[in-house]
Amino acid sequence: MPEVKMTVNGKPASGQIEGRTLLVEFLRETLGLTGTHVGCDTSQCGACVVHVDGKAVKSCTMFAAEAEGAEIKTIEGMAEPDGTLHPIQQAFQDHHGLQCGFCTPGMVMSAAALLAENPTPTEAEVRDYLEGNLCRCTGYHNIVKAILAASGQDVSRIAAE
Amino acid sequence: MPKDGGIGASTKRREDIRFLTGNGNYTDDINLRGQAYVHFLRSDVAHGRLNKVDTSAAEAMPGVLRIFTGKDFEGVGGLPCGWQVTDRFGEVMQEPGHPVLAQGKVRHVGDPIAAVVAETYAQARDAAEAIELDIEELPAVVDMKKALEEGAPLVHDELKNNLCYDWGFVEENKGAVDEAFAKAAHVTTLELINNRLVANPMEPRVAVGDFNRSTGDSTLYTTSQNPHVIRLLMGAFVLGIPEHKLRVVAPDVGGGFGSKIFHYAEEAFCTFAAKALNRPVKWTCSRSEAFMTDAHGRDHVTKIELALDAENNFTAIRTDTYANMGAYLSTFAPSVPTWLHGTLMAGNYRTPLIYVNVKAVFTNTVPVDAYRGAGRPEATYQLERVIDKAARELGVDPIGLRRQNFITQFPYATPVAVEYDTGDYHATMDKLEEIADFSGFEARRKASAAKGKLRGLGINCYIEACGIAPSNLVGQLGARAGLYESATVRVNATGGLVVMTGSHSHGQGHETSFAQVVAEMIGIDANMVEIVHGDTANTPMGMGTYGSRSIAVGGSAMVRATEKIINKAKKIAAHLMEASEADIELKDGKFSVAGTDKSVAWGDVTLAAYVPHNYPLADIEPGLEETAFYDPSNFTYPSGAYACEVEVDPDTGKVTIERFAAADDFGNIINPMIVSGQVHGGIGQGIGQALLESCVYDENGQLQTGSYMDYAMPRADDVPFYQVDHSCQTPCTHNPLGVKGCGEAGAIGSPPAVVNAVIDALQRSGRNITHIDMPLSPSRVWQAM
Amino acid sequence: MYAFDIERPATIADAISALGTEEAQALGGGQTLIPTLKQRLAAPAKLVCLSAIKEMQGICTADDGALCIGGGTTHAEVAAGAGVYPALASLAAHIGDPAVRNRGTIGGSLANNDPSACYPAAVLGSGATVITSNRSIAADDYFQGMFTTALEDGEIITEVRFPVPEKASYQKFEQPASRFALVGVFVAKYADGVRVAVTGASEEGVFRWTEAEAALSGNFAPEALEGLTLSGDGMISDLHGSGAYRAHLVGVMARRAVAAAS
Repeated sequence: MPEVKMTVNGKPASGQIEGRTLLVEFLRETLGLTGTHVGCDTSQCGACVVHVDGKAVKSCTMFAAEAEGAEIKTIEGMAEPDGTLHPIQQAFQDHHGLQCGFCTPGMVMSAAALLAENPTPTEAEVRDYLEGNLCRCTGYHNIVKAILAASGQDVSRIAAE
Repeated sequence: MPKDGGIGASTKRREDIRFLTGNGNYTDDINLRGQAYVHFLRSDVAHGRLNKVDTSAAEAMPGVLRIFTGKDFEGVGGLPCGWQVTDRFGEVMQEPGHPVLAQGKVRHVGDPIAAVVAETYAQARDAAEAIELDIEELPAVVDMKKALEEGAPLVHDELKNNLCYDWGFVEENKGAVDEAFAKAAHVTTLELINNRLVANPMEPRVAVGDFNRSTGDSTLYTTSQNPHVIRLLMGAFVLGIPEHKLRVVAPDVGGGFGSKIFHYAEEAFCTFAAKALNRPVKWTCSRSEAFMTDAHGRDHVTKIELALDAENNFTAIRTDTYANMGAYLSTFAPSVPTWLHGTLMAGNYRTPLIYVNVKAVFTNTVPVDAYRGAGRPEATYQLERVIDKAARELGVDPIGLRRQNFITQFPYATPVAVEYDTGDYHATMDKLEEIADFSGFEARRKASAAKGKLRGLGINCYIEACGIAPSNLVGQLGARAGLYESATVRVNATGGLVVMTGSHSHGQGHETSFAQVVAEMIGIDANMVEIVHGDTANTPMGMGTYGSRSIAVGGSAMVRATEKIINKAKKIAAHLMEASEADIELKDGKFSVAGTDKSVAWGDVTLAAYVPHNYPLADIEPGLEETAFYDPSNFTYPSGAYACEVEVDPDTGKVTIERFAAADDFGNIINPMIVSGQVHGGIGQGIGQALLESCVYDENGQLQTGSYMDYAMPRADDVPFYQVDHSCQTPCTHNPLGVKGCGEAGAIGSPPAVVNAVIDALQRSGRNITHIDMPLSPSRVWQAM
Repeated sequence: MYAFDIERPATIADAISALGTEEAQALGGGQTLIPTLKQRLAAPAKLVCLSAIKEMQGICTADDGALCIGGGTTHAEVAAGAGVYPALASLAAHIGDPAVRNRGTIGGSLANNDPSACYPAAVLGSGATVITSNRSIAADDYFQGMFTTALEDGEIITEVRFPVPEKASYQKFEQPASRFALVGVFVAKYADGVRVAVTGASEEGVFRWTEAEAALSGNFAPEALEGLTLSGDGMISDLHGSGAYRAHLVGVMARRAVAAAS
C-alpha cells in the first residue's frame, strides 16, 4: 500500500492508504481524528467539511492520495492549544448554534471558510454559503445567527434566543 | 431575573464544548480491539420469494469470517412490536413476525437477506456481491387502498389480508356523530395526504456488538434514544439475554426525531454475531442504506369532515384515515395512527362529537413508525386545514372561526378520551397576532405584488399530548411497556451531584437543563451537578426520550429523587445543628434553623453523610443517594398558534417562506434558549414536510427517493429567521415542575400554517384552489395553477 | 468502492500515458465520480487524478479575446477569475456548494456531461471550443446526449475557450433536493447572433433552442420570446417535474436570462 504524507492541524501526518481511501477515512481511522463526520454518501450533507490548503472541502469526496503534501485543518485544530474556543466555536455556543452536534464540525469549518472569504456577510450570503451543510436540529436559525455574530455584526435585533 | 444555571435561565450548554471541538463520542467513533465489520445484503425487490441464498462462493472470499442468513436466526426471536391495538370489533390487530434476517420472503426494498462479517468493511461488501440469490419476484402492494382490495397480493402469507387493524374511536359515538352530520347547517370536507417522510437525523445509525467470553456479558453500543428499551426488547424478546448480562450504551447520538426509538435488526445482529464469532462486530449505516432501513414517518391518506351549526359552532368531526404500516410492525407503529392521533382530533376546539376511523395497512415498503410529533402532526394538519377551508366556504375570518370555537374552560374533557389540564388558546392567538404583525400584512402583500409575487398568510393552532404517559392508562390501550421515567441522584461526599437519568439526550441539551433543575432545588451552582445518561450499566431503568417527555416525566423523576435527597439531608442537618427537622430550611445551598442564625453548609451535610462520625445512625443510613421512578398521572398539553407568510412565484410555482411566527404555551420553562432552539428545529422540519420532503415509491415498490439527490432536505436558504415566543405560560397542573414539553411543537404546528398560507396566496390571486397535497413543490403548485 | 490504484501525474503527457492502460479512468475534481464509485457503479482498475497538473489550471485571455480556462480549473477559480465573462463567472459561482466548487473542475463537468449540469449550457450557449489532449472540438459537436460526449478513451479536456459575448446570462431553476438544474438556460448575445442553450430539461442532454435564438437575434428582449413554446415531449419527466413543467420553465428561464443579460 502506498504511503501518504500531509500536514494535519499543523503537525506532520502520514500513513498507509489504498487508492480508494477517502480523506475522511484517513482522518478518522488512521489518525483517529473522529471530529470530522460522515452523514451521507452523495456529497450533500457537509458533516465532513475540512480545510485543504485553506479551502473548504468535503473530505468524503476527496481521496487521501490527493491530499499528498497538503495542509489540512479539521475541527480538532480550531481551538487554541489551551482550549480557548475559536471565535466561531464560541459564537456557536453563545447563540445555541448546535443541538446534537453531528453537523457542527462541518458547519464550523464552512463558516470559517466563509468568513475568510467574506468577513461581514449578509444573512442571505450566510444562508447561501451553507448550501452544502445540512442540519436537522436547529432549523438553521441559530447557526446563521452565530455566524453573523462571529463576524462581529450585531445580532441583537434577530428574533428570540 | 433567574440566576444563571437555575430554572428559567438561558444557560449556555455545557455539552457544546465537546461537540464544537470534535471531541464528541458518537457510536461510529467507537472502535473495539479485534473488531470485525458487517455488511448486509439487502433485497433490491419489494416483494419476492427467497428460493435460494447460496453463500458458498462468498464464504471463500478474502477476509470473510462468516456469512449469516435467515436460517441462522430460525431459533431466535423476531423483532417485537411494543403496542397491540384492538380494532373496532374487539379483535386484536394482525401481527406478523419480523425476522432479523429475511426468512422465506423479502417484503421491502432493503429487507436484509444475509449478513457478511469480514475483517474489513470493503471485504464484507465485496463478498456480499458473490452471494448467489434466486428471488422469485412477486407483485408488490404499495398503494394502501389497493392493498385492501379483494385478491391483492399478501405481504404476509400467513395473514388473512393486508389489514393490520380497522380502528374506530370512539366507536360508541359513531351513531351520534353521523346524526350530527345529518343535522349540520354546513359540512366541509377535505381529502388529503400526510406525506411519507424520512426522519434523517444527520448521524446515520451505527451498532457495535461486543461479547466477553470470560463473563458471558454482551454489550451493544448503538445510536438509540432509549438504551433501556433496546436492552429489554432485544434481551427478552429477540436474543434471550437477561438484563444483567446485557449492557446497552447509547453514547452521543446525533439526532433521532423518533427514528432511533425503535429496535432494529442490525442491533440484534451485531450483538448476536459478536457472541457467535467472539469478536466485536460493527455496522455503520450509509445514508443510502438509511433511506431503506430507518423507519419512515407519517404516510396517512385521510378524508376529514367538519360539521357546523348555523352559528358556525363546530358540532362534529368525522375522519377516515388509511395509515401505512409498511412491511412489518416497527416497535411502536400501531400506536401512532390510533392513540397518538385519534385522541388529538379535538384540537383546541369545543367539538362535542368526534369519530375517527383508521385502517392500518401492510404494504411492501419500509416500516412506518413515530417521527417527530407522531400522530399529532397528522391530527393537527387535517383539523387545521379543514377549519381553514370551512372559513373560506363560509366567508368568515379563519382566526375568528377558531376563536369562536376555542375551549376556554379547564380542565376540559374532550370527546376523544383525554382531559386537558390547562391552556389559554386566546392568549397564544393574541400573542401571535402581535409578533406576526398581521396589521402589516397588507403592505407586505402589495410589495410582493409589485415584484410579481403572490403573498399569502396562513395561521393555525395546535395542541399536542406530551409527557407520555400514565402507565396504567397506556396499558389499557395496548402498550406492552410502562412509560414512567427514572432518576438516581448520587451526592458525593464533597457535595457534588451526579444525576443518572433514564432519559436520553441526543440534541435536547439535558446535560445543561436537567442540571439547572437540581441546582435550583438545592441552591447550588449548576456546575456541581453532572448528568449521566445513555448507559444501562449506570442509569436506572428508564424509557428514554421521545414524545416531548423528558423534562415532564424524566425531569419529574429527577425532582422526586432530589426531594428525597433534600429530605434526608435535612435530617442530617437537623442532627448537626441539634434542631428539629421540621425547622430546617434549605436555601442557597445552606441549611438553617428557622428563626435562628444557625446554619450548616450543603457540603458539611454531604460530608457527614459519608463520614458519619456525628450522625443519627440509629435513624438513618449513611450515604446520600436516592432513586425515584415517576409515572405521570396525565399527559401534558402544550398548545400554540402559528403564522406563516409565503410568496408564490406564479411563473414557476416556487414557494418561499417570508415570515414565520410561533406563539407557544409550554407551561413553565427551564432554559428559554434551549426551548427556542427546539421550536426552531421543529419549524424547520415542518417547513420541510410542507414544501420539500417526500418519500416516494413507484408502483413496484422501488424507492424513488433513496438519497439526498431526490429527497429534498431543508437547507439554510429554504427558511427565514423565525419569530418564536413562549411567554404565554399556563403551568401543567400535575407534574412538580409545571412543565409541558417542547420538542415536537414546531413540527406539529408548522405544516398547516405553510399550506394555509399558500392556499391563501392563490385564493387572493383569484385562483379557486382549495387544496394541494404536501410537499408543495414548485411543480405541484404550478400544476395546481 | 471497489479497489483501484491511484496515480497523480504532474503533466498532461504523463496523464495520457497513465490513462493508456486497461480500465484506467481520469479523475477530475471527483465531485460526481467519487459518489458514483461509492455506489459501486464504476469499477476502474486505476484512477488518474488530474488535480496535480498545473498546466491544466488557470484562466487567461487569448489574442482573439477568447477566455481560456484550463480543464483542471475549479468552479471557485472560474467564479473568481472569469470577470471578463460575468455570466460564466456567475454560473460557476452557483454550481453545487462552496466545498464542491473548491474541488469540481470545468473539465470534469464537461467530460461527465450530466444532463442537469450547468457548464454544458455555458459551453454550448457560448459556442465555445473544447480543447483536449489531442484536438479541438466545437461545442456543437462535443455534446452527444446524456453522459455522452465526443471524447474518446484516454482523451482529457485540457482547456475550454469561450468567445466573450456582448451580453449573457444563465438562469437556473434548481431541483429542490439535488440543487442541480431542473432547468437552466444560458443566453449569449454575440455580434453575429444570439445563442440559447438549455440544460436539465431534455432527455437528450443539453440542447440549443434555435427558435428562441432566431427570435432573439432579431430583437434581444424578453418580449421576443412571447408565444414561443417548447413541447414537453422528449423532456425529462420525474418526481421533481413533468416534461411539460420543464418545457414551461425553459420559457420562463429564457425570458429571465434575456432580461438579466449583462
